[in-house]
Amino acid sequence: MSDQWIDVCAVDDIEEEDVIRFDHLQHSYAVYRSADSEFYATDGKCTHEAIHLADGLVMDHVIECPKHNGRFDYRTGKALGAPVCVNLKTYPVRVEAGRVLLAVGA
Amino acid sequence: MAEYRAAFEPATRPVRRDYRLTGNQAARAVEQGLASATWYQSPVPRKRLKELMQRRDGPALRDTGLWLLALLVTGTAGCWLWGTWACVPFFFAYGVLYGSAANARWHETGHGTAFKTRWMNDVVYHVASFMVMFEPHVWRWSHARHHTDTIIVGRDPEIVEPRPPSLVKMALSLVSLPHVFNTFGALARHAAGRLSDQEQTFIPESQWPRVVWTARIWLLIHAVTLATAVALHSWLPLMIIGLPTLYGGWLNYLFGVSQHVGLAEDVLDHRYNSRTIYMNPLLRFLYLNMNYHLEHHMFPMVPYHALPQLHAEIRHDCPVPYPSLWAAYREILPTVWRQRKDPTWYVQRPVPQASDAVVHANAVQ
Repeated sequence: MSDQWIDVCAVDDIEEEDVIRFDHLQHSYAVYRSADSEFYATDGKCTHEAIHLADGLVMDHVIECPKHNGRFDYRTGKALGAPVCVNLKTYPVRVEAGRVLLAVGA
Repeated sequence: MAEYRAAFEPATRPVRRDYRLTGNQAARAVEQGLASATWYQSPVPRKRLKELMQRRDGPALRDTGLWLLALLVTGTAGCWLWGTWACVPFFFAYGVLYGSAANARWHETGHGTAFKTRWMNDVVYHVASFMVMFEPHVWRWSHARHHTDTIIVGRDPEIVEPRPPSLVKMALSLVSLPHVFNTFGALARHAAGRLSDQEQTFIPESQWPRVVWTARIWLLIHAVTLATAVALHSWLPLMIIGLPTLYGGWLNYLFGVSQHVGLAEDVLDHRYNSRTIYMNPLLRFLYLNMNYHLEHHMFPMVPYHALPQLHAEIRHDCPVPYPSLWAAYREILPTVWRQRKDPTWYVQRPVPQASDAVVHANAVQ
């Protein structure tokens, strides 16, 4: 299976230390920009109750779910404690010509 | 005589809905799209919401320090004056700090929003959980469900007063007796390695060992306290650990009832099932601003110290707040009284219509 690179948005469409929602082929992704302007992507919904993470809070390298405050390290997808137990799936991201590109399985 | 009595009885007894998480109402809630549903949120610009959601250690360090200091001072004075009437006001204050204020600390640290530093949240969470006898791993998951399915019958494990309400249970709850009785039963069950069917619906299996070991540790602490009291031939150890949950829990119960009791069930809009009540600074300190309960439910990411600002952002889109706890109870008490005979009755709060997005369930039963 090869990765398919999808155009998500312009770099400046995501503020530093923030996250946006990106939907593609009926799948929701969360695309993050860290405080040092690195970009990351995970599944868009919390593994606990399928809440959109893009409405949550980015702190350092942690995304906190807006509903139950479950926390994940968005660089690795690792669940950091109750009420989340299942890790998030992560996706490769790269920046090209001022655009953020997301790799999804082809 | 039998005919005379029958003439004054209602034609049918009030029907109690099945509030269990494993009963028929649980299945109905799922069928009707009330489980894990999308809830109404008042519009707040993302930039402003991010500001409000920011975590800080300062306010919680101040409020936790004050709380612990007040516990130390009142507890020490109570012990010092033990055996005289002068100890009563000190134990009264100690009990409220232990059995009621700890609930707000449990709640806010459970959300992880009190402190910015995670371990501070965790330490205060476990201490406060013990004080109010909320098993930390059980209630963390139970409260997550409460936020997912707030006052959805068959889904929410934290509905304080199922309809029709029992006035006897409500009276006993002022001294936390039903809660403490049930918790000791649960502790015994958990210490033996068993979780109830209902608990298994909202606690992941991976967390069950934590539930079991916490129950064993708690029972050990209570046993040591009791043994100390027996050895010393004194109630004093129990006045410091354990009994304050009972004699100081009344304010916690008054706060708890004021949050949702008497309002709508099975709606997907917190403006119809949660109250915001203006309170004085002392009550807000004890309650950690949870009097802004509607705001808390709509945006649980916002820390307690930012709830007044959030309230200012969305108040135009919400029902008029109650001016005091007393004002809220002037609505709650007659409603509860009426629900004894008519469990379908509830208070319908006037909500600004421009953004009215409530979703009511069609069927009550």
